[in-house]
Amino acid sequence: MALTLDEVRRIAQLARLRLAPEEEERYAGQLSAILSYVEQLRELDVSGVEPMTHALAAGDAAPLREDAVQPSLGIEKALANAPEREGTCFKVPRIIE
Amino acid sequence: MSAGAASLLDSSIAELAGRLARNEVSSREITEAALSRAAADRLGAFLRVTPEAAHRAARASDERRARGAALSPLDGVPLGLKDIFLTEGVETTAGSRILQGFVPPCDATVVERLRACGAVFLGKLNMDEFAMGSSNENSAYGPCRNPWDPTRTPGGSSGGSAAAVAARQVFGALGTDTGGSIRQPASFCGVVGVKPTYGRVSRYGVIAFASSLDQVGPFARTVGDAALLLGRIAGHDPRDLTSSTRPVPDYLAGMEEGARGLRIGVPREYFQGGVEAGVERTVRAALAVYERLGAKLVEVSLPHSRYAVAAYYLIAPAEASSNLARYDGVRFGLRAGAPGLKEMYGETRARGFGPEPKRRIMLGTYALSAGYYDAYYLRAQKVRSLIRRDFDEAFRSCDVVAGPVSPTVAFRLGEKADDPLQMYLADIFTIPCSLAALPGLSVPCGLHPAEGLPVGLQLLGRPFDEATLFRAARALERELGPLPAPRGA
Repeated sequence: MALTLDEVRRIAQLARLRLAPEEEERYAGQLSAILSYVEQLRELDVSGVEPMTHALAAGDAAPLREDAVQPSLGIEKALANAPEREGTCFKVPRIIE
Repeated sequence: MSAGAASLLDSSIAELAGRLARNEVSSREITEAALSRAAADRLGAFLRVTPEAAHRAARASDERRARGAALSPLDGVPLGLKDIFLTEGVETTAGSRILQGFVPPCDATVVERLRACGAVFLGKLNMDEFAMGSSNENSAYGPCRNPWDPTRTPGGSSGGSAAAVAARQVFGALGTDTGGSIRQPASFCGVVGVKPTYGRVSRYGVIAFASSLDQVGPFARTVGDAALLLGRIAGHDPRDLTSSTRPVPDYLAGMEEGARGLRIGVPREYFQGGVEAGVERTVRAALAVYERLGAKLVEVSLPHSRYAVAAYYLIAPAEASSNLARYDGVRFGLRAGAPGLKEMYGETRARGFGPEPKRRIMLGTYALSAGYYDAYYLRAQKVRSLIRRDFDEAFRSCDVVAGPVSPTVAFRLGEKADDPLQMYLADIFTIPCSLAALPGLSVPCGLHPAEGLPVGLQLLGRPFDEATLFRAARALERELGPLPAPRGA
């Protein structure tokens, strides 16, 4: 399983990661090696096997609580780590040209 | 600092708790001694020491004790926290540049619970970035070294936690384990490490890596101390709906029952080559000790375990790529300057993430992308079911499963750093338990005959049966005695 540079660029775009050209080269090689390794999962017959979508058995999961209003983080605390803010809002760079 | 307090740094939490209770030492004295040890640290175990907060907590503990109002056996005991746990008012980075300067507005539930026990936190411990790694070399703030041999890694991702406990800088620490990140460093550093059953401990306020696998657990120098710590952090938390409502047993109660009558499953596949000879010899010697103590060794088979690393490296990166989407430069953490929003995202993440998180984000994004989901992620989830079934079958004929934690002793810094796949394969024995969501424990079982470095025995149990793991581990510990203190301590 070999990933092309174009595929690496497409994945980086989906993941919102700007990669330098040498990173694209490196990840193409490394991800291809990892994907070749995971190919071995194809050896197994998994027909009729349910995927393990929950790590906790049904009986061990906590029951859903009542949907009640509860106190949450205040605005000042929530904004305390913001790289940039304006009033009570997070500020981001321009979205629409 | 009194010389008396410094000499107590070697003792267990249980011993220290006794001395504190008898007023033979104060929390202020022992905290001062531990802080000096941590400040002199040349291993890189700590990312941040917080002496003021520690002094404050120690003073408060001594005052409580003077009033006869000690909160628990942990009251006044110096502990450390992996830098993955949110600590109110104390910078928390998960070993990443993208969170440099991030000061959480609240404590993780496990931190809150230990504070309520009176624990004294000395600071935040080094780790692989976002808990991704097996050597602590992926920390953005520099590696941590093994106190037994500073040219070696302490393991990872909770490398700082294991090293600080082994080096007697703290009496215990918390870490997290996603595919072995507590058990493997515990093994490499010669301490006890416990990965509880998925759902046993709240993950609220724990920076997420792979949410269906992440679990919090303790590091300590004795089995009893680990049992004490787990008992205090376990249990349902309304803020984490994956935390189980099952009652938490008294882990210390049955701990001394011994190994007589225990059925110990030895997986055939764990000894079919791939384990370094000296490690295998040390582990087999531990199994022989169990037999001598009256346990019965039973051969079991875990045929799908050989597919565990492959399944894990689809499931964990897929979950990581979703979890790490939140680091976008908007609400917290690093923001890189850029003219537009999309460029800001790409640039922030390019500068903030190190190579391993980027690699896993890429892998996970690919495994989840349109057209590949069924072939990769869904298939891996089905294999995960098969791995769990193997264990369910094995536990019909045994009470615990025993084997090596890692195929080797602690490897050297740089040894595997350039080959991600080789690094991933170092976790071959810890990952099956993680995928099966079972409890696992690493207990020192001796020193490697040629290298003189610690070897860990891994004990795996039925869901929520940590008590049997403590009982089995304690039986071995009692028989073998403690490891000597590492040279670098």
